[in-house]
Amino acid sequence: MISLTRVFRVLAAVSLVAAGASAAPSATAPPPGMKSVGPGVYRPLYAASPAEREVPVRAFYLDVKPVTNADYLSFVQAHPKWRRDRVTGLFVDEGYLSHWQAAESLGPEVRPASPVTHVSWFSAKAYCAARAARLPTEREWELAALASETSPDGSRNPEWVARILAFYATPANRPLADVGKTKPNFWGIEDLHGLAWEWIHDYGASLVASDSREKGEGQNLRFCGASGADAQDPADYASFMRVAFRSSLEASYTTARLGFRCAKDVRSAP
Amino acid sequence: MGSLGASATVVPRARCALACRLLLSLRMKQLCGSGTILRTGVLAMLVATVACQDNRAEAEAFRSRMTPPAPKAAPDVTSIPSDEALHATLTAPPNVPPPTQRTKPARVVVKLTVKEIEREMSDGVRYVYWTFGGTVPGSFIRVRQGDMVEFHLQNDASSTMPHNIDLHAVTGPGGGAEASFTAPGHASKFSFRALNAGLFVYHCATAPVPLHVANGMYGMILVEPPEGLPPVDREYYVMEGDFYTKGKYHAKGLQAFDMQKGIEARPTYVVFNGAEGSLLGDKALKAYVGDSVRIYFGAGGPNLTSSFHVIGEIFDRVYTEGGSNYQENVQTTMVPAGGSAIVDFKVQVPGSYPLVDHSLFRAFNQGAVGILKVEGPPNKLVFSGKEEDSLAVQEATKPEDSLKDAAFSNLTLEERIAAGKPLFMSTCASCHQAAGTGIGSTIPPLAASDFLVRNDKDRVIEVVLNGLSGPIKVNGTAFNSSMPAWNSLSNDDVANILSYVMNSWGNNKGLVSAADVARVRQGAL
Repeated sequence: MISLTRVFRVLAAVSLVAAGASAAPSATAPPPGMKSVGPGVYRPLYAASPAEREVPVRAFYLDVKPVTNADYLSFVQAHPKWRRDRVTGLFVDEGYLSHWQAAESLGPEVRPASPVTHVSWFSAKAYCAARAARLPTEREWELAALASETSPDGSRNPEWVARILAFYATPANRPLADVGKTKPNFWGIEDLHGLAWEWIHDYGASLVASDSREKGEGQNLRFCGASGADAQDPADYASFMRVAFRSSLEASYTTARLGFRCAKDVRSAP
Repeated sequence: MGSLGASATVVPRARCALACRLLLSLRMKQLCGSGTILRTGVLAMLVATVACQDNRAEAEAFRSRMTPPAPKAAPDVTSIPSDEALHATLTAPPNVPPPTQRTKPARVVVKLTVKEIEREMSDGVRYVYWTFGGTVPGSFIRVRQGDMVEFHLQNDASSTMPHNIDLHAVTGPGGGAEASFTAPGHASKFSFRALNAGLFVYHCATAPVPLHVANGMYGMILVEPPEGLPPVDREYYVMEGDFYTKGKYHAKGLQAFDMQKGIEARPTYVVFNGAEGSLLGDKALKAYVGDSVRIYFGAGGPNLTSSFHVIGEIFDRVYTEGGSNYQENVQTTMVPAGGSAIVDFKVQVPGSYPLVDHSLFRAFNQGAVGILKVEGPPNKLVFSGKEEDSLAVQEATKPEDSLKDAAFSNLTLEERIAAGKPLFMSTCASCHQAAGTGIGSTIPPLAASDFLVRNDKDRVIEVVLNGLSGPIKVNGTAFNSSMPAWNSLSNDDVANILSYVMNSWGNNKGLVSAADVARVRQGAL
């Protein structure tokens, strides 16, 4: 089933390449399941220096949908060392794939098309590497997630901002919905908000200042009431929550609401 | 005070140093370093009111003038208590763990689990709370001054968010916030010495902090002084908190957090112990005539201070701000957000004593009401039963919304009684009481009320819509109170409430329909 889907995606990609070749000769078509995002400008919640208030982000490819349980199951089948009963303990905590019925079986409670969660940074990285891809960086992910359905920057639209914030208020005890049920955003990417958290490549950089001498103050400052004091937009609660969430993680951690998607560099056409 | 007032109007650059260190703010540091004029009044105030290193002598002199010398036995912190660790008993509000009754410090293990849960904020109104221990406020912790507290914070695997805890009882960076920062499904451990006695608020300090607090992440820890607090008969745990929902007050269904209301400090609900009605009806606090009662009261915020008052009681003692000294004979005590007070009083007359935030719209229109129910024999030497009291009156509002519901539903009497009961409990029972008994000679009874027999349905509807002030007699007792106009309720809601009232507790007046209410409302215009 999965391999059939993949074959279809490859075929679709081939036809896209054919179609896109004449329309946009300067760029190759996105890999299967991915779309091109950017270039654009990312405004970090905490800029490491005044020069980094606006960070240019080069165009990149990003998975349209988060990796699903079904996707991850086929990865585990192809790479048994990532089965939950064989994986090296350094790379995952005890929660790794704990929602599945067995090492190679989702069971009736787990929806194949919902995002895979209970995965660590190491395991997500390995999954992407197996697809000749990588995890998106924070700036890439945030650039993609800044887009509303109609604009590359939804942050000026209060209605869109409120909708994103509402996700963080949904109870955690409800089962995750299937991927692909929300409208694609400006770049054609789906489910960046409203479904699950996602690993990023540089999750550990979220709270740590670039200068290690600042580390102590920088970190303290971002916990208590003072955390708003040096943020670019103290009203950007959704970003605060993502930064806080990322900074609570270690690379082996897994949680019930944390999944991922993969990215790839855009190489200019030969 | 004169000298402080004079110096506070000036903001010398030297004063920046300590303020900067306290705030740990990079932006502040830039301001101070360059001597830039402070941009906001808030920052100016912060800087101005923090005594500065460079003015240490001046500050010392000021302190010696203001504060009487109060020798205090500092706890011995030269070694960690060697006895086997004790496990702290935690309680859910409104309960309080028993006194430690220990004569020396101990190692105390506290285990607290953060849970995100969906629960009722009011009848039919649901909200996703983030909690310490599954309740709002979080579990009450009780230790003794000098104790070495080993704190385990677990974040439930079902949580969406990372969380941590800042206990105001902690001496150390962030009050433990950084040391306890915990991802979903994980646990953290840190230890602190309870150096200072007092009643301290704890709260989550994960960014965005106001949101975590607005969702209910606060509670209290009592650090008993070595001699303990004076014994009382009953101890209770109550915290006020403000909540911000997308929907209006009493709008039904699952309500999302409203960020804009939060920023503007316009709460939808102001409640005791996390939900409207937490301390009403069966859940009212209880005491018997002659009891001494202590309430550990805190304001969780995130925005509001509380003017805490118990109607019909005077606090014999208030340990203001949860500290060591007490004030006596207090009517209303001001409790800052993120602060507390311990109030002691003796109950001598039976009856229902409403706990309110004396910022009264919060009590009447946002839910800040609880009841302390005192049972026992009357004491005519203290209270004759003839005194009068009056309550704050809500201004009449225009009934535009209610007039719009032109399609009146045709519910049966049974359906209206069923729908009216919860509405009565949330809207009327804080004064008229859950069983319609009223309160003494202050609030007239509805149960077996001759007022309802003497007057026709339309007159009773009129009272609900327009309110009623001035002298009336009900069941032989004279009342001279004020009932606010409830014309903000829909025709259906008034019909449901009155169908319930007029067919309960011995009343038998039959159905009140929404059309009846609409007719009276039109006539009144």
